[in-house]
Amino acid sequence: MTARVSIQTEDFDLAAEVAALRQGDGRVGAVCSFVGTVRDRNDGQSVSTMELEHYPGMTEKSIEAMIDAAHRRFDFLGARVIHRVGLLHPLDQIVLVVVSSAHRGESFQACEFLMDYLKTQAPFWKKEQTPEGARWVDARVSDDAALAKWGIQATNS
Amino acid sequence: MKVSIRYFASIRETLDRAGETVETGAVTLAGLRDELIDRGGAYAESLARGRAVRLALNQVMADESALLVEGAEVGFFPPVTGG
Repeated sequence: MTARVSIQTEDFDLAAEVAALRQGDGRVGAVCSFVGTVRDRNDGQSVSTMELEHYPGMTEKSIEAMIDAAHRRFDFLGARVIHRVGLLHPLDQIVLVVVSSAHRGESFQACEFLMDYLKTQAPFWKKEQTPEGARWVDARVSDDAALAKWGIQATNS
Repeated sequence: MKVSIRYFASIRETLDRAGETVETGAVTLAGLRDELIDRGGAYAESLARGRAVRLALNQVMADESALLVEGAEVGFFPPVTGG
């Protein structure tokens, strides 16, 4: 069985991850995925590179706990989360969430829940290189609001 | 008691260190933060009250009222920005 959570510098292959999650499981009738990518602009400035730092150990544990929390809320079969760290460039893939379930509703919901949770509770930090120098990305109030709609109070930003 | 501290992102940069082991008399995470602020300089700046600082106790998000335990690992970092 594949790990549920991977933190890695290498890129990932959406099709291969979806195939691995569904493989041999006849109960699966729906798969939803989310891929986050690096934009070339943020807050009005062009971005040439993005460096992603994380808290090794805590990152994996916190995302595992999020998947457990999602299982308590939604009736889905499997989940896979990959988050890249290190130096990334515009157009690069950053994060993947894939969820499988018998019917589509549970996959859509669990996928969005996991992303909303990850944005405000997983210990990653982005540093952008712009024409005016390097800057740490600010947390967004809208990400706390996204988690609040699931009934979870976030106080990240 | 002895605890190990880890710093990340902008706080790690300001302090110019990724972590340290300290002997502390603090009971809570708030008390530990106050001890570090009392060192002055970069510590007072990066951990100042009113700044958004998030904390983890033994690699789980925690609030400042959480109680320290011997050998604990405490993380200090800015709001998270993954995804």
